Amino acid sequence: MYVAVKGGEAAILATHDLVAETRRGDPAVPEIGTEQIREQLGLAVARVMNEGSLADSDLAALALKQAQGDAIEAAFLMRAYRTTLPRLGSSLPVDTSAMTVRRRVSATYKDLPGGQILGPTYDYTHRLFEFDLAGGEGRAPANVTPAEQPLDPRMPRVPDLLGDEGLMEPETPPNGDPKPFDLTRDPVEFPAERDVRLQALARGDEGFLLGLAYSVQRGFGGNHPFAGEIRLGEVAVEIVPEELGFAVDVGDLTLTECQMVNQFKGSKDVAPQFTRGYGLAFGHAERKAMAMSIVDRALKGRELGEAATYPAQQDEFVLYHSDNVEAAGFVEHLKLPHYVDFQGELELLRRLRKELEARIRREQDEASRPTANAKAGD
Amino acid sequence: MQKSVGPPKRDEAYNFAYLDEQTKRMVRRALLKAVAVPGYQVPFGSREMPLARGWGTGGIQVTASVIGPDDTLKVIDQGADDTTNAVSIRRFFARVAGVATTEATGEASIIQTRHRIPEAPLRAGQILVYQVPQPEPLRKLEPKEAETRKMHAWGDYGLMHVRLYEDIARFGRVATTYSYPVLVNGRYVMSPSPIPKFDNPKLGMCAALQLFGAGREKRIYAIPPWTEVKSLDFDDHPFEVQTWDEPCALCGAADSYLDEVITDDKGSRMFVCSDSHYCEERRAAGHVGRLLGSETGQKLTGGAKE
Amino acid sequence: MSAPLDSAAKVATGADGDAPLLTATGVTRFYGERIGCEDVSFDLWPGEVLGIVGESGSGKSTLLRCLAGLDRPTSGRIGFRDGSRVTPDIFALDEQRRRALMRTAWGIVHQNPRDGLRMGVSAGGNIGERLIDRGDRHYGNIRVAAVDWLQRVEIDPARIDDRPTQFSGGMQQRLQIARVLVSEPKLVYMDEPTGGLDVSVQARLLDLLRALVRDLGLAAIIVTHDLAVARLLTDRLMVMRRGRVVEEGLTDQVLDDPQHPYTQLLTASVLAA
Repeated sequence: MYVAVKGGEAAILATHDLVAETRRGDPAVPEIGTEQIREQLGLAVARVMNEGSLADSDLAALALKQAQGDAIEAAFLMRAYRTTLPRLGSSLPVDTSAMTVRRRVSATYKDLPGGQILGPTYDYTHRLFEFDLAGGEGRAPANVTPAEQPLDPRMPRVPDLLGDEGLMEPETPPNGDPKPFDLTRDPVEFPAERDVRLQALARGDEGFLLGLAYSVQRGFGGNHPFAGEIRLGEVAVEIVPEELGFAVDVGDLTLTECQMVNQFKGSKDVAPQFTRGYGLAFGHAERKAMAMSIVDRALKGRELGEAATYPAQQDEFVLYHSDNVEAAGFVEHLKLPHYVDFQGELELLRRLRKELEARIRREQDEASRPTANAKAGD
Repeated sequence: MQKSVGPPKRDEAYNFAYLDEQTKRMVRRALLKAVAVPGYQVPFGSREMPLARGWGTGGIQVTASVIGPDDTLKVIDQGADDTTNAVSIRRFFARVAGVATTEATGEASIIQTRHRIPEAPLRAGQILVYQVPQPEPLRKLEPKEAETRKMHAWGDYGLMHVRLYEDIARFGRVATTYSYPVLVNGRYVMSPSPIPKFDNPKLGMCAALQLFGAGREKRIYAIPPWTEVKSLDFDDHPFEVQTWDEPCALCGAADSYLDEVITDDKGSRMFVCSDSHYCEERRAAGHVGRLLGSETGQKLTGGAKE
Repeated sequence: MSAPLDSAAKVATGADGDAPLLTATGVTRFYGERIGCEDVSFDLWPGEVLGIVGESGSGKSTLLRCLAGLDRPTSGRIGFRDGSRVTPDIFALDEQRRRALMRTAWGIVHQNPRDGLRMGVSAGGNIGERLIDRGDRHYGNIRVAAVDWLQRVEIDPARIDDRPTQFSGGMQQRLQIARVLVSEPKLVYMDEPTGGLDVSVQARLLDLLRALVRDLGLAAIIVTHDLAVARLLTDRLMVMRRGRVVEEGLTDQVLDDPQHPYTQLLTASVLAA
């Protein structure tokens, strides 16, 4: 068939039916429920919440189901929905030092107040298949023994400990503590300030940020990070309703926070101190939070007077290319018809080739004439 | 051949034309600025849309911000009303705005387009909305936004002509065939979006208002009616448009932009109008192209329609 | 040896010559606490060639960057006169007008030709860009000017469509010079123009530079650590040390009869070498 890609409405509607059919797969296999996705594919749900910029595990589970598990398509669904939601208010900053911790590790101290809490982690699994998982139903619930003593409620954040000693760069709000930039409402301009950068990183593609962070570590970027602390747990979200004038707890959020401690900076006048890279993510998303914190630190180079030589250090490069919904849209738009532009290129190419052939023929004709031979002998 | 569809029922679950009124006002403010400074790229708070970035979200936001219940909308992609994405965007507005849609260029009050300007001259009162993938004409020469903004501010456009110079030196002619840069109102160099340079002459002194929306890149720009638009060139290598050796095989038009259709696997091809409505109108008026009666011609004019 | 210098000096007494082209007053540039250059004042007359010599780190390149409008001095003024148009301080101009001045009134020959050329653009395009910036929109004329300038800097015009990456270091430097001179600047800044080149290539470039400066009646400020280059090209010399000018005068005078101990040391080390 040579008919150009011209599809009527019926053809488009048919694609939706075909998607529904392939999404369901073999009807003999029971359909998956969104609660199952939410409860049993929690890390995938966290990724969709992060890259979709919306903390709603039920919607993220639905997005994953609707997108057949495609994380970027699912994030896209979340974003498209999120943009239609009214803004009822802003929460107060969450206090991660008051987190109900389930996991907390520091690579910088052997022991510290509150201790090292391993919590749920794949770190020490041996990546050997647990074939009985494939069996499905009828498995005994996991055997988790509660600790004999509750966790120490004092669980100070490592950078705060360093800060008490004056060894960590202080991070204070800018003058007047202005409302942070909102990159979903206003166009980003460069150079981008830290609030913009952190927002973009928080919704940035995990794979892209991971690659950038890795590039920093391998030498395409100057700093050597130490995982000062990674913590996972629940924090309270509070808002101050205008009519009440005091903070009201509206629920808990599961968050992963990573603070990287980086090599010190100083000058003749400023005493040397460590610098910080910050990562925060919805749900259990350790890799994302770590990658984010390394890239955040790399992007601080401008404020710290470092050269921005490598991709991870260039805010325009990182911010423009880390949004996977935008990136996927633009890469995939190449599927759309481009035959008008392509026709222009075809026409030009044919014309240029014709002109070149004509010129070569002309030169050959001239070369075969006797006068030209004499010239060649000069 | 009646191609207009009366107003369908609007989906009440969404605000009229999808965007909330606050957002529309923000987009309109950007549009006003864009009209006031022809060719200047105005940053705007581009929203995330239910269509993919790069698939016309800029044009959709512009259309959504200027459209009213009485408007009649035409959507084209590659000049044609029946290309998939054009159908998809037309369905979107029929659903969320409940407006009448049409394929007739003359009947439309708003025409959203990707990659073409209709062949028939536009009239005063019409709005042509372009979908723009890359609004920055200097981007290929200078990747940094901070730098290109300076170049625009200072009218520092020499590099653009260096590119044209390089083309002529290497190929004997300018090798840019689409997204051919233009100077608007003697001030800003602008990307006309990836329309073929064939369409560039229609940009200037146009009776209609031309609005450009780049959703992913978050920029809006405009050419007000009756504005001077000049395609960049050299005095001794003046701007020229594409030509074909044969007219449209369906309607015989010799003045339209042509698509190439491959008709078998032995190198046979035919050239047909890219502007599907223009071609239809001509055929309805009795013009007959060389291959209109052929099997291929019949398939293209009848078979591919919904 | 001093014959070309005399003819340059003559240009200085021409119609344009009754006022300095460039006036530096107390030019000072700090990098944080560190001194780049401090309190440098001098006049440069039309057609005059001024050399700035000193060891590396003496502040001569910092001074050149300030004079050429690339770095804003911490204090001091740099005045420029283009015919009857007088700019009391180029840094008091907004960036756009300063850039316009930098593009039309003077040119900069960088030590590394890569800093002054577009490596992805053909030789003809590199020369043509300056004309395009000036508003030239005739391809044929630009082409003719490019061919002319390639010949003047002794590059085979057949190479016009080659990119600088296909050129040797010496050719790249000559192409950079052509790119700077094609727009007929009044003043040219050169930062170690022969640095990084083989000795034989250096000699050829020096001859070329000397001839061009003489023929065009150019004013020039040449930064060099090479006293031989200074002697060959310059009328007047400033000797810099630790950011300050320690001695200045006519080139032959400074080199043959140095007064400051540092200059004596510099000239002695050349003799010893």
